Amino acid sequence: MLHTQPPTFQERIKSLSQPDNDHREGSKVDDGVGGGNRRDVSHVDITQEIGFLGFYCGQWVLVQFGAFIVLCGATHLINLWTFGMHSRTVAVVMTTAKVLTAAVSCATALMLVHIIPDLLSVKTRELFLKNKAAELDREMGLIRTQEETGRHVRMLTHEIRSTLDRHTILKTTLVELGRTLALEECALWMPTRTGLELQLSYTLRQQNPVGYTVPIQLPVINQVFSNSARQWHVHELELVEVVADQVAVALSHAAILEESMRARDLLMEQNVALDHARREAETAVRARNDFLAVMNHEMRTPMHAVIALSSLLQETELTPEQRLMVETILRSSNLLATLINDVLDLSRLEDGSLQLDLGSFDLHAVFREVLNLIKPIASVKKLPVTLNLAPDLPEYAIGDEKRLMQTILNVIGNAVKFSKEGSISITAFVAKSESLRDSRAPDFFPVPSDNHFYLRVQVKDAGQGINPPDIPKLFTKFAHTQTLATKNSRGSGLGLAICKRFVNLMEGHIWIESEGLGKGCMAIFIVKLGIPENTSESKNPFLPKANHGQTTFPGLKVLVLDDNGVSRMVTKELLVHLGCDVTTASSRDECLHVVSQDHKELEMFHIDLAQSKHFYLSK
Amino acid sequence: MDSVVQLQRQLVDYRAQLFNEGFLDEQFNQLQQLQDESNPDFVVEVVTLFFEDSERLLDELAKALEQQSVDYRKIDAHVHQLKGSSSSIGAQRVQKVCIGFRNFCEERNIEGCQKCLQQVKHEYSLVKTKLETLFKLEQKILAAGGSIPLPM
Repeated sequence: MLHTQPPTFQERIKSLSQPDNDHREGSKVDDGVGGGNRRDVSHVDITQEIGFLGFYCGQWVLVQFGAFIVLCGATHLINLWTFGMHSRTVAVVMTTAKVLTAAVSCATALMLVHIIPDLLSVKTRELFLKNKAAELDREMGLIRTQEETGRHVRMLTHEIRSTLDRHTILKTTLVELGRTLALEECALWMPTRTGLELQLSYTLRQQNPVGYTVPIQLPVINQVFSNSARQWHVHELELVEVVADQVAVALSHAAILEESMRARDLLMEQNVALDHARREAETAVRARNDFLAVMNHEMRTPMHAVIALSSLLQETELTPEQRLMVETILRSSNLLATLINDVLDLSRLEDGSLQLDLGSFDLHAVFREVLNLIKPIASVKKLPVTLNLAPDLPEYAIGDEKRLMQTILNVIGNAVKFSKEGSISITAFVAKSESLRDSRAPDFFPVPSDNHFYLRVQVKDAGQGINPPDIPKLFTKFAHTQTLATKNSRGSGLGLAICKRFVNLMEGHIWIESEGLGKGCMAIFIVKLGIPENTSESKNPFLPKANHGQTTFPGLKVLVLDDNGVSRMVTKELLVHLGCDVTTASSRDECLHVVSQDHKELEMFHIDLAQSKHFYLSK
Repeated sequence: MDSVVQLQRQLVDYRAQLFNEGFLDEQFNQLQQLQDESNPDFVVEVVTLFFEDSERLLDELAKALEQQSVDYRKIDAHVHQLKGSSSSIGAQRVQKVCIGFRNFCEERNIEGCQKCLQQVKHEYSLVKTKLETLFKLEQKILAAGGSIPLPM
């Protein structure tokens, strides 16, 4: 019972009276006294009392009590001797004993008086301590329960969160809750989308709960836990709450995961669809290019046959009316050929695959050529056309002659087409810096350099004019400007759009100015051309008389096959002067050899020099 | 300067004469027009080639006609060549004879062919001489510092 050296009575009392004593000590105290909360407080033995007293009140009082008892006994014993005659010594001893007894009892009485308040307080303190111990035990129990609950929760959470599948989460929750709380049935009610009702979604025992719904405001819901058959402990309710939270979190995670998986699937589908669409588009573009190439060839062949034969027809004896007719046929077919080329060019322009054929050419001749082409139409419409070439305009230039001519022709053609009266003037000069920058061309930054010059061409007509707001639309392909009269669409079709592309390729700018409807129009374009070096540019000033000005096909590759050396030489020279790129062959084998090396379109012409003196060629 | 002008006039007259006499025709003018700074000796080159070619052909023709069994097809081919060359440079009279020659070939007329051969040889030598004279005149003009006048 006594574990340690018993401290003094005072110290012990003081230590017991500390309310926040160490639990262990409390329990020790309990054990020391008699088993703590498990025993009834009212059972206290005398032995316990004495032991208690002896332990806590100190040995001194015990000695005093002992002494008193001994002396009291001795006194009474000695009193026995005084029953008969007794001697003096016995009387002395008797008196001594009585005196001592009295003294001891007084001392004891005094001492007791001194201690009794302390004793009483000890008692109350003991009671207090016992209560405290009981409380602590209760708390201990609670903590243990909480710990257990916590363990349960952790385990449940682990189970719940171990899967991201919604269904598994909920089933696990129900099962584990049932096990933990020893439930007969467990049901899960979830709020509906509106948030106003609870819907039964899962149950433990029943397989497929029918969708019962219950309004969320129903007071029954709140009373569920208070009026039920089973007495719910706080910790159990807490457990359920915690589990519910965890489940909510897990469910939201599962929902997010589902969402992202769905989004990913959607993206994949879209990806596949886009890929498919892209491949289709590519196929379409390729098909279109192939179609264009084939159609182009197919269209060109008869076209050129018409042109060639019309040219030949022109050389025969014709009446003036017939000649005019043939000339018109020739011009129309040339224009048609140009249009066919335009279509191919535009599609190539759009692909960005068009490149300029740079070469040196006679600039003045280009203008003269265009004038010649346009004069018949202009004279029919009685529109005088004047050409002004600036004196400082170089005679030769480096650029794409064909496309420059196409551009000029288109612009002038428009002027003629849309004029009913008035004159058309064409001015061409070298643009100096002040005339290069135009307020109407804000993003055109010409950079003058030594071996380039900027050619500026202005075509002024006094025709229908254009509404200034419509001007930007002119250069978009296939755009039509609606004006008062029916067929007044300048720049319709591909013409101006192609011109714009060509001009842009030549690092230039093209625009149209007009005061308004009926006030005429001025088309201006600036292109960059190279300046050729003088020595290498000596074109033959004598064009052969056989050249009718429409049969120059620069860059045309011709193979001359003739076994007669002289004829071969003469023919070659003639063709060279027409601007062709001539190869000669003297035998059929040589011819085949050359042809196989350079695979191009071939058209065969048999020319018998003895009969005809003129040559007409086509691609 | 005077001599140049004189020489030029001489050249022009001589050329006109050749044309009038039918030795040369329009084709020769075309040849002259093809000549330019990039090809200054074009006419001379072509004519020289013509001379070489023709002489070769004439030899071949002579040989062919001396054969025991005359190969008319080969003769026809040669004559055709000669016709072509002569028409290329505008040697009109040579060309005309060749046409006749071919007819005889078709008829397989050996005497006619031989007669034609002689005629061709004669015409050829004539036109050769004339052209050589013409070229000498041109050289003289160039040496004197003048330029060759163009055909009109």
